[in-house]
Amino acid sequence: MSLDKATVAKVANLARIRVEEEDLEGLASELNSILDWVEQLGEVDTENTPPMTSVADMQLRWRQDEITDGGYQEDIVANAPSPEDGFFGVPKVIE
Amino acid sequence: MSDLTKLTIAEARDGLKAKKFSARELTAAHITSMDAARGLNAYITETPEVAVEMATRSDEKLANGEGGLMEGIPVAVKDLFCTKDTLTTAASHILDGFKPKYESTVTTNLWNEGAVMLGKVNLDEFAMGSSNETSYYGNVINPWRRSGDDKDLVPGGSSGGSAAAVAAHMAMGATGTDTGGSIRQPAAFTGTVGIKPTYGRCSRWGVVAFASSLDQAGPMTRSVRDASIMLEAMAGFDAKDSTSVEMDVPNFEAALTGDIRGLKIGIPKEYRIDGMSDEIAKLWDQGIEWLKAAGAEIVEISLPHTKYALAAYYIVAPAEASSNLARYDGVRYGLRVEGENLADMYSRTRGEGFGAEVKRRILVGTYALSAGYYDAYYLKAQKVRTRIADDFKEAFKSVDAILTPTAPSAAFAAGEKNNDPLEMYLNDVFTVPASLAGLPGISLPAGLSSEGLPLGLQLLGRPFDEETVLRTAGVLEEAAGFDAEPTAWWKG
Amino acid sequence: MGMIIQGATGDWEVVIGMEVHAQVMSKAKLFSGSATEYGAEQNSQVSFVDAAMPGMLPVINEMAVEQAVRTGLGLKAQINKYSVFDRKNYFYADLPQGYQISQFLQPIVGEGKLTIDLKDGETKEIGITRLHLEQDAGKSIHDQHPTMTLVDLNRSGVALMEIVSEPDIRSPEEAAAYMKKLRSILRYLGTCDGNMEEGSMRADVNVSVRRLGDPLGTRCEMKNLNSVRFIQQAIIYEANRQVDILEEGGEIDQETRLYDSVKGETRSMRSKEEAHDYRYFPDPDLLPLQFDDAFIEKVKADLPELPDEKKARFVSELGITPYDAGVLVAEKEVADYFEAVAKGRDAKLSANWVIGELFGNLNRTSKSLSESPVSADGLGELIDLIKDGTISNRIAKEVFEEMFESGKAAGVIVDEKGLKQVSDTGAIEAAIDEVMAANMDKVEEYRGGKDKLIGFFMGQVMKATGGKANPGVVNKLLKPKLDG
Repeated sequence: MSLDKATVAKVANLARIRVEEEDLEGLASELNSILDWVEQLGEVDTENTPPMTSVADMQLRWRQDEITDGGYQEDIVANAPSPEDGFFGVPKVIE
Repeated sequence: MSDLTKLTIAEARDGLKAKKFSARELTAAHITSMDAARGLNAYITETPEVAVEMATRSDEKLANGEGGLMEGIPVAVKDLFCTKDTLTTAASHILDGFKPKYESTVTTNLWNEGAVMLGKVNLDEFAMGSSNETSYYGNVINPWRRSGDDKDLVPGGSSGGSAAAVAAHMAMGATGTDTGGSIRQPAAFTGTVGIKPTYGRCSRWGVVAFASSLDQAGPMTRSVRDASIMLEAMAGFDAKDSTSVEMDVPNFEAALTGDIRGLKIGIPKEYRIDGMSDEIAKLWDQGIEWLKAAGAEIVEISLPHTKYALAAYYIVAPAEASSNLARYDGVRYGLRVEGENLADMYSRTRGEGFGAEVKRRILVGTYALSAGYYDAYYLKAQKVRTRIADDFKEAFKSVDAILTPTAPSAAFAAGEKNNDPLEMYLNDVFTVPASLAGLPGISLPAGLSSEGLPLGLQLLGRPFDEETVLRTAGVLEEAAGFDAEPTAWWKG
Repeated sequence: MGMIIQGATGDWEVVIGMEVHAQVMSKAKLFSGSATEYGAEQNSQVSFVDAAMPGMLPVINEMAVEQAVRTGLGLKAQINKYSVFDRKNYFYADLPQGYQISQFLQPIVGEGKLTIDLKDGETKEIGITRLHLEQDAGKSIHDQHPTMTLVDLNRSGVALMEIVSEPDIRSPEEAAAYMKKLRSILRYLGTCDGNMEEGSMRADVNVSVRRLGDPLGTRCEMKNLNSVRFIQQAIIYEANRQVDILEEGGEIDQETRLYDSVKGETRSMRSKEEAHDYRYFPDPDLLPLQFDDAFIEKVKADLPELPDEKKARFVSELGITPYDAGVLVAEKEVADYFEAVAKGRDAKLSANWVIGELFGNLNRTSKSLSESPVSADGLGELIDLIKDGTISNRIAKEVFEEMFESGKAAGVIVDEKGLKQVSDTGAIEAAIDEVMAANMDKVEEYRGGKDKLIGFFMGQVMKATGGKANPGVVNKLLKPKLDG
């Protein structure tokens, strides 16, 4: 499998990471060398092997339906780059 | 009064109890040491005022004969742990100015046990790296240098700041996190002790996530005893982490009996990789001899899928990271780079906020999860991971612990390996398999290279059997008698 | 009946599948302990987990699991004892994690079915494909600030059940019936309050058209429809749009479309459509969700009687007509009200009163049942007064109006207004005599063979007694007197 510039641009867009046009080529070659190296996994017979779901041998715990959190609007927006009256402000979205 | 920073945690604890010195004095000595060693760039944020305040409280408790496991012991916190109202960066530009309104469970546990916070230490950005060269806040310098050479060496990574701070006596211990070797490899590079406990032993709540199924916190110290004490203070069940295991924390220090007679130690043949340096091979053999001499039985074992561990890791970890790091979007905290619209704001913020290695891994992970490639990459890697875990399960039917080297080489020079990501990734070859299987592993210094640099040995154990790992490590530590120290060149 | 669109080139069948997002009734959110209540101040019901602060982790709410299982049982569906939470990755301002925790390959509930009630009293079975648990997103407000969109995360992390139907629905009416029936069942189960205005139930509707007998056509999805009326309007518009395109030889693009309820049309949402690749993978912060048969049995044991079963019982045991039974069971509170009225009373009479007078007055005054001034006990008392002959059916209607108006009890009104039925034969005989004397011509006609005039005399006697005369007694006394 070989990643071309267009694919890298597409993946970067999916990941919402701006990559300058002139950097695409270099990134493509780096990613290709990593992915080529990963190809070796194909040598392992995993025909009847389930994928790992959890390294710990345990079951998912459930919590009770009780209100134990929230109620601190100030702390929620304390670190916001553009807080606005208790909301998070973002560039206007036109739907 | 002799230099208090030379003490181990165990010694300091006893000295504090015996009122030979106060927690404030102990903390002051470390603050002085931090000032002197600022050139190593181990700390991102120093918190001397907080430290003095905490030490004062410890002194009050100690005066009343009270106090926790680490009462009055000054420690450094890897800047991946969220600390309330104290800058938390993950060594990334993208968390600019972020002061959490909450405290991680692990650090809360430490403070409850009386530990004193000296500050937040440097790391590879988002813990992605093996040399501490990817931090937005600059490289950490290894306190160790090759003999007769003043070239800067890397401290390993990602917990490079933790390792350097402990090795240079700027902290008695430090928290680290280990995803693929991030505690053990820097411990080996700096002549310190680092243990990654079993996945689920320490809560991940409040620790900035890199790869959720692998991340695990652990202590970095200057002795196995100190690691036992600090691990006990950090560990424990946490209902806020669904992967935290509901299990009592043993008295780890009590496990250090010094008696490993009859213990079966496995030596995995697959770890004798091509190109392993003679020094490393020799050290490993030496370790085997020490354990034999202490009455352990050495058993050759096979972990057949070892060679695929790195490749599996470099799919699973980036895939999880690509999703875990999606929350850094410039909306709720940290950096925002304005753009023409919402999507543009995202991609500019993330394009500028993340460093090259983080971006590389996010892209690999995004690709590995994308439509049409999921089965070939992510699913395949998780299946291989099962095979690797099964290898260990099989091995632990016949042995109680496994001995290997920690890293394929001693510390290298800054810039030496960061042109080729793959070459850098190979640093984790011995540490990654246990991470994939969630097993406990410790690295301890066992000798010096011909260049005068510390080399580490690694012991792996069964799930939740940190006690056997620590006990065996204690015996190796005793046998190795490693007491070398870096020359304090940074003070000059 | 399916909807058929007659095009210039022939008939087209409309095929509809629904994905309903129903907010789980629970105090706290799916993976955090913050509150779910509607209408709180912005970002006041948000935990660090809901805001996706660094290092925050999800822990599942047992109530969400229980409610999903309960709903699955209510939909006669397969319950999966092993299911997996996945991350659905995409970026949006009100999606703080950058992913939604959802269930993709292994949902908690598998195939089930739902019977919809159609106008002509017929029913139709709609297949349920699956039900899964997922997190709700926050809310973006676009019109409160001149240059910014404002984000409120109060809803972020609230538990939703996504209930997916098979493409078995064939008309806007069936879609409406599906939505109503699903809402009814969820409300019976107490797993969702069904409040569409507050967004507790929203539907994504998939519409395609095809020639009868052809395989399924390409579908378009209309997202977030929050009223039954909009669902129907959107389907009609969209189906016709697709037919127009196909008839002109065009092709349908599979896409997400927005229904504009003001303009009454759907339009493409290409901005949101670009590069959709959700990169689902199992959430490594959570383990697979597992429970045993005992858990399912426990939930099953607490299941209420559901509308279909209740309707069947009303018909078979209470002798109510299927139509009336359908009306009575549609809302659980109506059914409960009716059963309280009918308890120990004539069920058919009770049904008539609930459906006729009660509903009539509620509709007239735009009140809901919970706001009714007449309680079930109050209506029961009124029916008792009819049954024991204290008042006539006609007087009872008057009394009911008064009860509805003033909230007074039936007995009090009857006493105050002296409406008690007269069964005293002496008084009635006197009234009959009076009426006959005043209408001797009619008496002659009657005696001459015009039997039907008995109705006239009946009415006159009732009028003379102010309607209070017991009609049975009048009837009994009137005929012998007329016959002379």
